Amino acid sequence: MNQLSVNNLSLVFSFALVLIGVAISEREKLNLTKDIFYSIARAVIQLIIVGYLLKYIFRVNNVVLTSAMSFFIVLNAAWNAYKRNPNQHKRYLDSLIAIFVSTYVTMGVLIASGAIKFVPSQIIPISGMIASNSMVGIGLCYRSMNQQFHDQHQQILEKLALGADKKLASLPILRASIKTAMQPTIDSAKTVGLVSLPGMMSGLIFAGVDPVRAIKYQIMVTFMLMTTTSLGSIIAGYAAYQNYFNAQDQLIDG
Amino acid sequence: MSILTMRQVDFVVEEKPIINGINLQVNSGDYLTISGPSGGGKSTLLKLIATLLTPTSGEILFNNQAQASYPTTDYRKEVSYCFQQPTLFGETVQDNLAFPFLVRGKAFEQAKVDHLLDLVDLPESYLTKKITELSGGERQRVALIRNLIFLPKVLLLDEVTVGLDSASKAIVKKLIQRVHADGVTILLVTHESDILAQAQQVIWIKEGKIVDESAISQ
Ligand SMILES: Nc1ncnc2c1ncn2[C@@H]1O[C@H](COP(=O)(O)OP(=O)(O)O)[C@@H](O)[C@H]1O
Ligand SMILES: [Mg+2]
Repeated sequence: MNQLSVNNLSLVFSFALVLIGVAISEREKLNLTKDIFYSIARAVIQLIIVGYLLKYIFRVNNVVLTSAMSFFIVLNAAWNAYKRNPNQHKRYLDSLIAIFVSTYVTMGVLIASGAIKFVPSQIIPISGMIASNSMVGIGLCYRSMNQQFHDQHQQILEKLALGADKKLASLPILRASIKTAMQPTIDSAKTVGLVSLPGMMSGLIFAGVDPVRAIKYQIMVTFMLMTTTSLGSIIAGYAAYQNYFNAQDQLIDG
Repeated sequence: MSILTMRQVDFVVEEKPIINGINLQVNSGDYLTISGPSGGGKSTLLKLIATLLTPTSGEILFNNQAQASYPTTDYRKEVSYCFQQPTLFGETVQDNLAFPFLVRGKAFEQAKVDHLLDLVDLPESYLTKKITELSGGERQRVALIRNLIFLPKVLLLDEVTVGLDSASKAIVKKLIQRVHADGVTILLVTHESDILAQAQQVIWIKEGKIVDESAISQ
């Protein structure tokens, strides 16, 4: 039933597709050639390592190792979300808590409900899927927040001068940032199946699973991504706005 | 009785002294006018008093107690700063005038707000008006009454009459007089010669220092 086969030769041929990108970059003087080769090389190396690592972890099937791998994914996602925050007074812990909680609350529900089992071949890909969505949402939340703190600097000062605490002064910004963070997830939920066949569903269909079974997984994924991005961006947002203020309820410049 | 005391207050940004060893005592009920060249440090002085900035050294006392001994949000309700060129927030006039109630966890009082709008010669219908539809003078007046919905003990006014047409200016000046008569201590930064001519107490600030303290009696 599984007709999935990518042999090394077909990989070599698909590399020709990259060369098309490079040719365009050269012709249009986009200056992306180096970047394309670097990113491709990185992706290949990362995937080879992950492939062998996962093979090993799946074979060992050990609870501690599986948890460690899942936590490693969370740490990395948190680091990337953190790096996306333009605020120079950002804290890594904010991102870590947001991604940790959003990922594991969602996973907990999925495991408790029996939707997924605690085996490495399910826990690890789902961790990655959830954590990366949380990461994207949190990154959007941070950027939007920073932009608004910049644009609404004077309004915040006015509110503080009127005796507002930092939370009341930041509330509209906080709300708008969380909304921005969730918008892509909401938008993609609206078009799922009509415009895009998402990765997980495509993967299952690719692998020969009945589409009707595949959509059940996709429905579950849609639910869990909704929860994760909202939880992640709410936690990150409520932590991150505070980094724009000092202990005297003054806006920190810069 | 002293309501505000500044002792050897310095405010330094990147090794540049912006406020330089200021000593000042303001008594409850005073009306102090502050003037001096642009860039001299007047706005910075008011922001220090309002706890929007913290002195690099020296101390500021409110009712003979260190600023830091008050929770900032309580302090700023008592010592209220109105910015030079204030900005309105939200979408409507109502968003701005409801904010002082929100800050205090109190219900919006229509009568109180209508009364203040009346004092600055704005119709009650202005509550629902979009802030982008206001003239400069109207915006300044709305900003000012934001600070006055709950009367502070000290009102810090930073060039609030700059750029206003003469009608708006007269309205604002009258309102300040009225608030002072209600017992609010006023610190007013201004360049306007007519205001300076009527002022009781004037200090001049230049390069972060008080350069001349004159009490002109009428
Ligand atoms: N946050 C700040 N950072 C650096 N310099 C500042 C800051 N605020 C004000 N200054 C500088 O401090 C000086 C005094 O400014 P200000 O208090 O606004 O003067 P004034 O209100 O008398 O015109 C000016 O030279 C100004 O450039
Ligand atoms: Mg000024």
